[in-house]
Amino acid sequence: MLTQAKRPAPPTDDKRWRIVDATMRRQSYRPAALIETLHTAQEVFGFLDDDTLRYVAGSLGLPLGKVFGVATFYHHFQLKPKGAHSCVVCLGTACYMKNATGIVKMIGEEAGIAPGETTPDGKLSLMVARCIGACSLAPGVVADGEVLPRPTLDDVRALVKRWLSE
Amino acid sequence: MMTLEEFEGLGAREREDQSGRKGRIRVCQAAGCASCGSDKVLAALKEKLQAAGLEQDYEAKGVGCMGLCSEAPLVTMEPGEVLVGRVTPEDAEELVRNLQQGTPPTKRLPEMPFFTRQHKIALEHCGVVDPERIQDYLARGGYSGLYKALTEMTPLEVVQEITASGLRGRGGGGYPTGLKWGTVHKAAGEIKYVICNADEGDPGAFMDRSVLESDPHRILEGMAIAGYAVGAGTGYIYVRAEYPLAIKTLRTAIRQAERQKILGTGIFGSSHSFQIELRIGAGAFVCGEETALIASIEGNRGQPRNRPPYPAVAGLFGCPTLINNVETFANVPAIMREGADWFASVGTEKSKGTKVFALAGSINNTGLVEVPMGTTLRELILEIGGGCPGGKSVKAVQTGGPSGGCIPAEKLDTPVDYESLMALGSMMGSGGMIVMDETTSMIEVARFFMDFCRSESCGKCVPCRVGTQQMYTVLDRICEGQGSSEDLELLERLCETVRNTSLCGLGKSAPNPIMSTMRYFREEYTERIRQPESVGTR
Repeated sequence: MLTQAKRPAPPTDDKRWRIVDATMRRQSYRPAALIETLHTAQEVFGFLDDDTLRYVAGSLGLPLGKVFGVATFYHHFQLKPKGAHSCVVCLGTACYMKNATGIVKMIGEEAGIAPGETTPDGKLSLMVARCIGACSLAPGVVADGEVLPRPTLDDVRALVKRWLSE
Repeated sequence: MMTLEEFEGLGAREREDQSGRKGRIRVCQAAGCASCGSDKVLAALKEKLQAAGLEQDYEAKGVGCMGLCSEAPLVTMEPGEVLVGRVTPEDAEELVRNLQQGTPPTKRLPEMPFFTRQHKIALEHCGVVDPERIQDYLARGGYSGLYKALTEMTPLEVVQEITASGLRGRGGGGYPTGLKWGTVHKAAGEIKYVICNADEGDPGAFMDRSVLESDPHRILEGMAIAGYAVGAGTGYIYVRAEYPLAIKTLRTAIRQAERQKILGTGIFGSSHSFQIELRIGAGAFVCGEETALIASIEGNRGQPRNRPPYPAVAGLFGCPTLINNVETFANVPAIMREGADWFASVGTEKSKGTKVFALAGSINNTGLVEVPMGTTLRELILEIGGGCPGGKSVKAVQTGGPSGGCIPAEKLDTPVDYESLMALGSMMGSGGMIVMDETTSMIEVARFFMDFCRSESCGKCVPCRVGTQQMYTVLDRICEGQGSSEDLELLERLCETVRNTSLCGLGKSAPNPIMSTMRYFREEYTERIRQPESVGTR
């Protein structure tokens, strides 16, 4: 735990850092606040860049290696900016049985990206999930944060095409 | 301390308000129905009731999961408990008329085994109470188990009650809950913790999500009772980031309970305190393992460690910690309210009570069901679940997620309890049940699970990190028609090694999908090796 004086200043004068600071303050800048802080930072900035990781490490008195280790261990944390649209395809067992892998393959062909990648023009990010708990609506596809109800391969294709042509 | 009258007064106004109405219409707002537009259905119903000047007589309210997700969005109408499926906002006008005239709606669902065969304990309020209003929970006797524990029982008596009920861990392992509570109760330490494991990672399992979204106060009550029994002042709920609605519902519930002095310092005006904090997971399957989950709450990489010491002795921040699954906690308020004998009268000799299952895959009625332990797989899948769509026949049932196994159709008469499933080389797991039909290739299913395990292995111990990768490579080779008969032997040896030498449950159980498919569907493996052209039958 560092005293007030030793804590680093935010990397920029962006007001959103105050939200990140608030999360750390609420947990008295304890090292255990790390994951909560990364959640907040990703929520407000969309992803975690090097400056963010460095700032969080400095504020919580943790080695940068540890912060980087935690940020890369968990699938949820993104170290690169996301595209304008995001598509998460669930690859849980129920979705696997309803051809979710076919949807991933189709998006790969339409947009030229693999899971975890964003198109070069920044229009679309493709991600896969290990089960979003929407097994009854399989195959589970989350388009810009909304779970699509029982989408067909062609439904998703049309959506992806629309996004890419925007 | 709050008197009994004062406590009962907490839900009285809500009860009066409810009994003063002629009827109500409940609309599921849980994740499944919500993504089918149930929020618009609710808004349309409210609007139509108001337009007809009926909003005093009839209430339209948002509730949690009703179970039959394949018919989403779902609506129930009172009086009569009429269930209506696949409702659209355009149906609102007709439904309001039905309410008023007592006529059956066109989209009414018939009475079916899916509903009549269930026995609800953990899900008793799901689809009935409004998860966003603590008054609704209180009006139905909510928090009376906690009140009873605090006013009439000593912590040890609470532990004894849970022990007598025969409740076992619903997260998969089936460890006796009372025994766990007793260990933490006896453990020396000023500070103790209670953790609710809501990191429901098994693909195909979604009952914990449903309980959290539909009846969050039940979990808070269960945890508070546990806190009193073991002597803990703080509880953590570790919930997956993939469940945004559950997180939101829990946040609201905790705030409401604190405001009512049901959580926080001085519960019901007593000297007992218990506060609950939320911790959001970050997408790591291994965090469902208790020591990895604890590491994650401490802000570390979610890597498990050797046991002993067990969390009951040295857990979160080194303190004695009670860690139970969502469904386990969901059973606690009912046991406290109705008594251990009542609970123990349901189920089998060794597996008491009920279990919630998530039916998915190739099955007509997908959704959540709660049945007494000992119900057979056949009843669950063919009667309650309605069998496979399109007249296909059941080939296998996958239980227990990536840690479980595939049970072949000829074993469908097995009763579902901890021991019987284990004997078949599968496990209860958290309760996901995926039905596979004749078109499913079992080797590809095994490859699918191994792909899952190799990606989710945390990398700490070599057998799991390297073994799952090697098993995947061999399976992939066989799947693609390039396997040899030696590969089967190699696969068997790998399975043995990984199972016997891995550090935690993830590695120890990772070979189960391969071992169970090799045991029951060996001919598919040999066929694929002998006739590579059968590749791509699925």
